[in-house]
Amino acid sequence: MNQALQDLGDYIAAALPEAVKEVQQQHDELAILARRSSIRQLLKFLRDDSQTQFKVLVDICGADYPDRDERFDVVYNLLSVKHNQRIRVKIVTDEASAVPTVVELFSCAGWLERETWDLYGIFFEGHPDLRRLLTDYGFEGHPLRKDFPLTGHVEVRYDQQQKRVVYDPVKLTQDFRNFDFLSPWEGMTRQLPGDEKAEQPPAEGE
Amino acid sequence: MAEVAIKNLTMNFGPQHPAAHGVLRLVLEMDGEVVERADPHIGLLHRGTEKLIEHKTYLQAVPYFDRLDYVSPMNQEHAFALATEKLLGIEVPERGQYIRVLYSEIGRILNHILNLTAYALDVGAMTPLLWGFEERERLMEFYERASGARLHAAYFRPGGVHQDLPAGLADDIADFCRTFPKFIADMETLLNENRIFRQRTVDIGIMTAEQALDWGMSGPCLRASGVAWDLRKSQPYDVYDRMTFDVPIGKTGDCYARYLVRVEEMRQSLRIMEQCLAEMPEGPVVCEDQKIAPPKRGQMKQSMEALIHHFKLYTEGYHVPAGETYTAVEAPKGEFAVYLVADGTNKPYRCKIRAPGFHFLQAFEFLTKGHMLADVPAIIGSLDIVFGEIDR
Repeated sequence: MNQALQDLGDYIAAALPEAVKEVQQQHDELAILARRSSIRQLLKFLRDDSQTQFKVLVDICGADYPDRDERFDVVYNLLSVKHNQRIRVKIVTDEASAVPTVVELFSCAGWLERETWDLYGIFFEGHPDLRRLLTDYGFEGHPLRKDFPLTGHVEVRYDQQQKRVVYDPVKLTQDFRNFDFLSPWEGMTRQLPGDEKAEQPPAEGE
Repeated sequence: MAEVAIKNLTMNFGPQHPAAHGVLRLVLEMDGEVVERADPHIGLLHRGTEKLIEHKTYLQAVPYFDRLDYVSPMNQEHAFALATEKLLGIEVPERGQYIRVLYSEIGRILNHILNLTAYALDVGAMTPLLWGFEERERLMEFYERASGARLHAAYFRPGGVHQDLPAGLADDIADFCRTFPKFIADMETLLNENRIFRQRTVDIGIMTAEQALDWGMSGPCLRASGVAWDLRKSQPYDVYDRMTFDVPIGKTGDCYARYLVRVEEMRQSLRIMEQCLAEMPEGPVVCEDQKIAPPKRGQMKQSMEALIHHFKLYTEGYHVPAGETYTAVEAPKGEFAVYLVADGTNKPYRCKIRAPGFHFLQAFEFLTKGHMLADVPAIIGSLDIVFGEIDR
């Protein structure tokens, strides 16, 4: 637990109580869970306040947790060159709800939000130019979502007859092999198929 | 004669263009010779690295980092190794840390040689490239002797480095440190006062300190604008806090300043390398925890335990406790970082790669607006762009 980080987190939470949900600390890194609607207000405060001065928006990225109600995280990483300090701001959202853009606060947010839109399908409201960035022209789907298959849906080849590149559905000559290596070193907790007659393994905590 | 309004010309630059430093497609809107709007289309080299890493164990993810910025592979691995070590909560033995710093600086010189000399070629000087590649090849040889590969090293692993330096390598690196300043001096006599080189670079693509921070610049591009910011000094990792070196700062923030900063950084890298070689202690190079670092080949022939560990580490890998971290290193191009989310299994849940070049290319439109077409390659070259890391 780093006291200076904790103080900074408390200071931010005290200044904007309606924007900050929770202040966390992990591995000597400060993270703030924020409310989606007030993200712009919070980042503006972090950028301009003399105690924080987070003038560099280092990164924006998404993360997908399909089991949650609001499945996406949007993570903003900021850097204060003046105070030599980093902070991480996280908000949650889903496919339907838009996140306010921060382009007018940080010029570099433009591409970062485009990338997040491209890879996760998180919509940024008010973004001046929300096109796809990394994927192909005319690409369908958002590849970094957990329900998007690793192999994708289409593959391309050059067609001699048509004299152009054509898109085909992915055909794998060999099945995609995904081994489950998660067998526990710590000891089996679940029953093996075909081994039902053997003694039931003790349930957790017995 | 009445003035006639001429329609702007929209022009495609790339994706196959020798001065684009890779597969960059630029859509330029030209008013005569002047760039009105520049829209970089990236992603032509997108390989889905982040998605692939989510399906690989932590150790299997390491080689993907070589293929990001393929000009300085080990610096990328460094960020991933540090992030994983932070989540695992392990310490790297001192010798391992020194080797990593040594090879990070070799990577920095590798990168700067390529960038500076190719940049000179972009603006019309061919000789530095030919001289530079001779030196680069010597450094590649050091890579090969330590890791077995010239480019895709997979040498920095979570826990340390893969293997110890072979006998005699340290002397050869020391020898390189003695002879390399001659090359820097030669290159500078060719370029620094060269009339063509200066006409092409001075006062081109200027960025103030405020603008550079706003656009998320880092590394030499930020320092050329006069911001004294180097992660090796301000947030030191491994043994950088024991090294004595200077951080060169530019004043003007133009292409020429970025060139000068990189030249001086090569000299400082040599200083760090010399200190590493002088101070490097003996000892293990990788952490001794058998559940993370695989056993030596010799042990496997003797010990059953070692054989089991080897098998488990190369199939299942190790489990990283749940948590998340944003870990950055000062790569040659700028701040290279990994935002790693672990969920307690043997695979990363999310691994976002923060590449410095991504931000440089984004600022490109801002830098070129109002410049001539011929300045476009000059600005691209000075930003030090490699598409492996931008497209990921």
